[in-house]
Amino acid sequence: MSATRAAPLIALAGIERIFQLGDSEVHALRRLDLAIGAGEYVAVMGPSGSGKSTLLNLLGLLDRPNAGTYRLEGRDVTTLSAEEQARVRSERIGFVFQSFHLVPRLTAAENIALPMTLAGIAPAERAARVAQALQDFGLANRADHRPDQLSGGQRQRVAIARATIMQPAMILADEPTGNLDRATGDEVVRLLEELNARGVTLIVVTHDAALGARARRQLAMEDGSLQRDSAGMACAPPT
Amino acid sequence: MRTADLIRFARGAATGNPLRSTLLVVAMAIGVAAVVILTALGDGARRYVIAEFSSLGSNLVIILPGRSQTGGFNPGNAVTSTPRDLTVDDAQALLRAPAIRNVTPLAVGTSEISSGGKLREVMIAGTTAEYTAVRKLDMAQGRFLAPGDWRRGASEAVIGARVREELFGNGPALGQLVRIGDRRFRIVGVLAASGQGLGMNTDEIVFVPVSLAQAMFNSNTLFRILIEASGRETIEAAKAQASAILKERHDGEEDVTVITQDAVLSTFDRLLGALTMAVAGIAAISLAVAGILVMNVMLVSVTQRTAEIGLLKALGADAATIRNSFLTEAAMLSLTGAVLGYLLGIAGAALIRQLYPTYPAFPPDWAVLAGLATALATGILFGVLPARRAARLDPVQALSKR
Repeated sequence: MSATRAAPLIALAGIERIFQLGDSEVHALRRLDLAIGAGEYVAVMGPSGSGKSTLLNLLGLLDRPNAGTYRLEGRDVTTLSAEEQARVRSERIGFVFQSFHLVPRLTAAENIALPMTLAGIAPAERAARVAQALQDFGLANRADHRPDQLSGGQRQRVAIARATIMQPAMILADEPTGNLDRATGDEVVRLLEELNARGVTLIVVTHDAALGARARRQLAMEDGSLQRDSAGMACAPPT
Repeated sequence: MRTADLIRFARGAATGNPLRSTLLVVAMAIGVAAVVILTALGDGARRYVIAEFSSLGSNLVIILPGRSQTGGFNPGNAVTSTPRDLTVDDAQALLRAPAIRNVTPLAVGTSEISSGGKLREVMIAGTTAEYTAVRKLDMAQGRFLAPGDWRRGASEAVIGARVREELFGNGPALGQLVRIGDRRFRIVGVLAASGQGLGMNTDEIVFVPVSLAQAMFNSNTLFRILIEASGRETIEAAKAQASAILKERHDGEEDVTVITQDAVLSTFDRLLGALTMAVAGIAAISLAVAGILVMNVMLVSVTQRTAEIGLLKALGADAATIRNSFLTEAAMLSLTGAVLGYLLGIAGAALIRQLYPTYPAFPPDWAVLAGLATALATGILFGVLPARRAARLDPVQALSKR
């Protein structure tokens, strides 16, 4: 990447996100400023409706802010066309969802290969990378199983393998352990932390204080604003 | 997304819900099969009639008494009251025309034929030896009427295959004496069974010399004069020359109608071709219905797979990829249905031919192509709306739906 070491991976400035709910306007995000460096491990916490999921969607380019700029690797991505944003998602961003979001009719291997298939990568290379990923995530003997033949932990491992297969700069995880029991959840979190240790930026949205506490940096959100940032960087004044 | 991957992905999506896909394929198949079978019936009727007319003989020009429009077949031609009769002399005069190879008069009436106590009402055709040449008739036994002076004729008769069977059964017919009306005739020949021929089934006709027939019916008039032109390209010339000669003989009045087989054929061809088109149009409605079903099924599919679409977008699929995957799915289902329907239609047409061997129920090529193309086009056309809806889904909302 051509981005200099000094420039943060993610730089949000004055981000506003307003939803129209009937006659009233809901400010999901208010004048948010945030910088996250490459390789950070960030937990975004807060009660329901605090705007943390909205933030994650914006970071993942699934949603557009009403105001403000979002620079990813030094490049303003808010003004990109839908096609260009899709390309950025494909190459730089990996998603891990609470409910896994595997395609039920595809096997584990096919699910892992899906981002590469969509990106038009040649079958031979896909096969090699999927084989490596299955090995890395301990799914080698589950390659031809469909999601409904896998346990919850295995499903989330498939989802994480899929999120990393394009070697993204960051992984956005939305309650990654929300549908798992404690032991399996810990296993999944360790997996994500291993990825972070290898340099992938990890941003986790969670209710779970224990999970949030494991992150090196915690962001507490409330009512669309940042209430607390453990890194002591930009923080909104209390309202 | 690579084309091969796109097709595999769409196939997976289609087979992921077998019931829905099967219903769609069946609907499309029924539509295409309907087009194939109905056009096979329509075109079969056309071929049947044309074959019927072609059995009249080639290069045939027919003169009938009375004036009616030339160039087309008019049902009124069948029953005409004539201002001036056609006579055997008229027929003989036509032999002068250079473009005419053969002429034969035809007088028609009904009478009773009896032999060995068996009696039957038959159609009597008075004609001459040239008739077999003009009409391309084959003999099963014996010979046709002897050539010679048209105004005289030996008391000979040639009978159709059906008449022979009914009068003589398995016994010999040649040389037998029969009574027709109040005259006695000797059977000299039996025609080969031919089937049909312009409302006159030669299998059920008894041919006698034209002079005897006219005497029997106490009339000088002819029902028709049949002319064989010297070649396919001289049919028009033969027609013009025949008209000219008869006009001259009838004191300058054009009181006969000259029709060619071509004119009759092309009229029937057009008529039944239009019928086939109409039938194909009706069948095409079922294809439109199938198209709407495609749209419905694909819309349901989009709704059911909202979360998947959201996921694909999150994984980096752009709108075009999503749209193409749904379009490919619609096209594949339509194509499968169309091919299945085509095979079904071909099988149906074959069954009809099996059940009715004389009916040439072959679907015309244009109808098959049009049916397949329409199926594919409606499938894709009605797939566009659902595919666009899928492509436009907001990924955030799509993902939150579960």
